[in-house]
Amino acid sequence: MNQPSATPILQARGISKYFGAVTALEGVDLSLAPGEVLGVVGDNGAGKSTLMKILSGLFRPSDGEILVNGRPVHFHSPRDAHRNGIEMVYQDLALAGNMRIFENIFLGREPGRTFGGLTLIDQAGSRRLAAEHLERLQIHVKSVDQNVEELSGGQQQAVAIARATAFAAKVVIMDEPTAALAIKEVGKVLDLIRRLKDHGVGVILISHRMDDVFYVCDRVMALFHGRNFAEARLADTSRNEVIGWIMGTKGHSTALAHDKVI
Amino acid sequence: MTDAVSRNPTTGWRDLRGRLLEDYGILLVVLAMILLLWALQPDYFMTAQNITNIIRQIGMNALLALGMYLVIVTAGIDLSVGSVMALAIMLLAIADTSGVPWPLVLLIGPLVGALIGIINGLGLTLLKLPHPFIMTLGTLNAVRGLCNLVTDGRPVSGISDEVRYLGTGDIPLPFGGEFAVIPVSAILLLVCYCGVAWFMRKVSLGRHIFAVGGNPQAARVSGINVNGVLVFVYAASGFFAGLAALLMAGRTGSGYPNLGIGAELDAIAAVIIGGASFFGGRGTVLGVFAGVLVMGLLRNGLNLMNISAFWQQTLIGIIIILAVWIDVLRRRARARR
Repeated sequence: MNQPSATPILQARGISKYFGAVTALEGVDLSLAPGEVLGVVGDNGAGKSTLMKILSGLFRPSDGEILVNGRPVHFHSPRDAHRNGIEMVYQDLALAGNMRIFENIFLGREPGRTFGGLTLIDQAGSRRLAAEHLERLQIHVKSVDQNVEELSGGQQQAVAIARATAFAAKVVIMDEPTAALAIKEVGKVLDLIRRLKDHGVGVILISHRMDDVFYVCDRVMALFHGRNFAEARLADTSRNEVIGWIMGTKGHSTALAHDKVI
Repeated sequence: MTDAVSRNPTTGWRDLRGRLLEDYGILLVVLAMILLLWALQPDYFMTAQNITNIIRQIGMNALLALGMYLVIVTAGIDLSVGSVMALAIMLLAIADTSGVPWPLVLLIGPLVGALIGIINGLGLTLLKLPHPFIMTLGTLNAVRGLCNLVTDGRPVSGISDEVRYLGTGDIPLPFGGEFAVIPVSAILLLVCYCGVAWFMRKVSLGRHIFAVGGNPQAARVSGINVNGVLVFVYAASGFFAGLAALLMAGRTGSGYPNLGIGAELDAIAAVIIGGASFFGGRGTVLGVFAGVLVMGLLRNGLNLMNISAFWQQTLIGIIIILAVWIDVLRRRARARR
């Protein structure tokens, strides 16, 4: 399915980002194929979140280019990224807890009749579409009319993912989707990522949890001090090697990298 | 686990009851107040005259509170509404007495209000002032100063009957005698409240106001123009302050620069009593109306019983504290559920 010759669905070339005198990213490359799950790892401050915010349109890169299906794009806002089928699930979930599940799923993109920038929301339609979409992803909630703040962490994460995929997303970027979850909920979210992959969606997964990375990813890349550090197909690497990358070590023996963690 | 809960009908009913109490519990308070006042003043309270009187008295606070509600849902506050109302009444009184055609005069209040509201919104979003309290505290003072500057502190009287119609006009009912009328101001309130309730429920911008109040970051990454929403709510708050100026122009027949000093606090009180959260994202239009009624009925009842106006203020203060305390208890109970 993921032949190297296929055009990447999302590609970043030479991305740099400076915040004043601080260099967050320096010439970073990234490429993602349809239906591929790419793990992005790195220590705190390695630039993972900044890179993802650039890919999702929240930040603009200081330098470099982004290509969607081989076509250069310029994102001025998350809305531009949405239009190109790129969605992000934020670490802090970015849901409005005071609003209902179906409203969160369609927030900012409400179905209905539009007059001069205002939409008269089709609420019955929103409910039905939201329920169907949750069904498709096998996400079970009591009712789409529940307020999001009444849900467990895992359910909220599921709603955030449903929200990201409600509009035929081609790429979903997830920032630490399992970090705040109870252990029994982690598996459900990871299975959800696999289902997205089965639907041909490309997923970028930022995670500190090696279990997650090695459970769902096809490929893993490491950032270190804002630069590309290493990258490998999952079959060609090991947990200890990846952990070594996070700490900026390469070429050490497996045992040595392992020793450094413990 | 959740599936088992959903199949238990009593839980569903308890949720529904909890939600009804949460959203509309304040209506029970209003009902209790009405029954109590009726019992205390059986001869007078339920007369047509007293009811139209109450409606007229709550008009100003009702409009200010409606605008304040939109602002408070975004976790903001608009301290300038009293001053904005006063500037609106001064400008429309000057325009009216200097011969501007009355249909244009009617537009002046809402337009002036919306304009200052936009300035409030831009101060918040463009100047990035840290909290709307600061920006609107500034306009509270600046605009009040302008009210006095335009006429050097003198009131302007002699507003024409056409302009006064919204505030004083009555539509007689075919039954019930001399005082059985529907004040035009009541129709204005009804239209405004129903309009805003519909807007907040059905229109995307209304839902976005709730989203901005609930989680501004979520709203931003959802592609909502958060700054645009904020400017809109302050403009709307100013707009309703301008409408309130029209009502007051009708009731008093003149523009005076001291109108509505402290009115912003009554408006905030009504919204909070009505169950809206000061932290944004929560509150209903019906609740706001109930809050306005609680304050109006309290004033009316105490007046009817010849109790000092000083007691009114004291009681309203206590009610604000009680209303928010009950809200705290309710929230705690729900968190435990």
